[in-house]
Amino acid sequence: MVKNIIDWIDARIPMTATYNRHVGQYATPKNFNFWYFFGSLALLVLVNQLLTGIWLTMNYVPTAEGAFASVEYIMRDVEYGWLLRYMHSTGASAFFFVIYLHMFRGLIYGSYQKPRELLWLFGMLIFLVLMAEAFMGYLLPWGQMSYWGAQVIISLFGAIPVIGDDLTLWIRGDYVISGATLNRFFALHVIALPLVLVVLVFLHLIALHEVGSNNPDGIEIKKNKDENGWPVDGIPFHPYYTVKDIMGVAGFLIVFCYVLFFMPEGGGYFLEKPNFEAANPMKTPEHIAPVWYFTPFYAILRAIPDKLVGVIGMGLSIAVLFILPWLDRCKVKSIRYRSTIHKINIAQFTVSFIILGYLGVVPATPELTIAARIFTFTYFAFFVALWVYSKNEKTKEVPTRVTH
Amino acid sequence: MSNAPVDTGRRRFLTAATAVVGGAGAVAVAVPFIKSWNPSAKAKAAGAPVEVNISKVEPGQLIRVEWRGKPVWVVRRTEAVLENLKSLDSQLRDPASEEMQQPEYAANPARSIKPEFFIAVGICTHLGCSPTYLPDSFGEQVEGVTSGFFCPCHGSKFDMAGRVFQGVPAPLNLVIPPHKYVNDATVLIGEDTGAA
Repeated sequence: MVKNIIDWIDARIPMTATYNRHVGQYATPKNFNFWYFFGSLALLVLVNQLLTGIWLTMNYVPTAEGAFASVEYIMRDVEYGWLLRYMHSTGASAFFFVIYLHMFRGLIYGSYQKPRELLWLFGMLIFLVLMAEAFMGYLLPWGQMSYWGAQVIISLFGAIPVIGDDLTLWIRGDYVISGATLNRFFALHVIALPLVLVVLVFLHLIALHEVGSNNPDGIEIKKNKDENGWPVDGIPFHPYYTVKDIMGVAGFLIVFCYVLFFMPEGGGYFLEKPNFEAANPMKTPEHIAPVWYFTPFYAILRAIPDKLVGVIGMGLSIAVLFILPWLDRCKVKSIRYRSTIHKINIAQFTVSFIILGYLGVVPATPELTIAARIFTFTYFAFFVALWVYSKNEKTKEVPTRVTH
Repeated sequence: MSNAPVDTGRRRFLTAATAVVGGAGAVAVAVPFIKSWNPSAKAKAAGAPVEVNISKVEPGQLIRVEWRGKPVWVVRRTEAVLENLKSLDSQLRDPASEEMQQPEYAANPARSIKPEFFIAVGICTHLGCSPTYLPDSFGEQVEGVTSGFFCPCHGSKFDMAGRVFQGVPAPLNLVIPPHKYVNDATVLIGEDTGAA
């Protein structure tokens, strides 16, 4: 009976074939480690954001007059409204946490290298849309930090010569951030960008499954197939990695739920304290800092004492990641078989990124500004150095079979 | 169906013509979508000028009024403050107000119509935060200057005429809005034409 139904469907759409291609018989390298949890976790968080987001729109009022009060209403009067909102706000931070680790995995194992350049580009586009999504979402509660954070970010466009002022006016739809800005950000946050995000995630997965997953050894498992055409170092995604990913989900949820229930404001880093005060266009909070996931880029902006160059510097710090596959000219992918200088370079890049993140949170003092300049330099130096030494890098011999 | 050979030139022309017409149509359709993001008629109307009574402002005091949703400051400067302004030129980016950040009638050393009253849009020219007025403690920011404006967001500094100091992220002096004195006690912010 069930078989008949499946056959009936398969004669009309390629259901079984699609399942086998992407899950049941998708050949996955058998040496995945801890770092390979974060792709599936990102999907989990995406589902969490979509679901809780849809539920939040049921009670949220996207107007300058009603937004702040409606968020309070959700928190206090709607049954489980507090939980849905905290799931959404904690989910936003979790999303970046997971994505940053996911990107770091790609960085150390060379997962951006040929033939996975397009996979990397789709991933970077997802990251970009995610940042836009997070930024616009943060305006919606219409608190002090929502308002002034948006004011600062939109003003970045004002640094563009000639058209800058008109562009910011066009983005805001008013002479200042107002209800018009709030309404359009709401529309983009709940409809336009999620659609783009879902399409990009789909393309990211299609691109992944076309070329196959990389692995901690950076070996192409497709180069070594048995007589049936199955990679000898491959195992089917289901049940092996579905089960492994469930382990990851369990571990993730323990941490996620701890934050969700015991520290939903994340010590003022996930939900900033000034945001518990309604937006006041007349008064800037004493210390403006973006949410933690933007701070490394923000620190770069602040480090440069010129408005236009600062904005360009911040833009470049993200843009340069897009061309990473072409900056790295080494044929060996994984950090395991690459030179000491590469290991040092990745280590210094990681440290620079984290320190910039810290510097972006704290108020600027002359000493810290100098520190931010130094680490801005080392951040960019990573890419320049990589391009230079990767051409003739002294690498170790890569084994033909994966190790684990 | 005729069996005449395919005329590729004609086919290419028709493809190109369709693409061009279709492209022009797409551009035309994009116009309303893009234009709808401009400030609405309502938002533009809300930019009407505001009247401020300045007769009760004490020396050294700053009052804030809202014009076009932005904070506009009115500060009553003391003689000492005005005197101090003259000594700062070498530390400023644009001491002589050469950039068009003010109406022509305010392009003077005090950047105002009446030196006593400083009227400016209280929005930092860096990224739009509202600087903090430090009437007594500005010396912590710039040595030897007691009062000024300090932006808490990125540390930009302005003197008591809204002129930006060197070495800070803000590129320009604070904006002086168009304004005029209706009488000695009243100033109209947002309009500077017509009979006073």
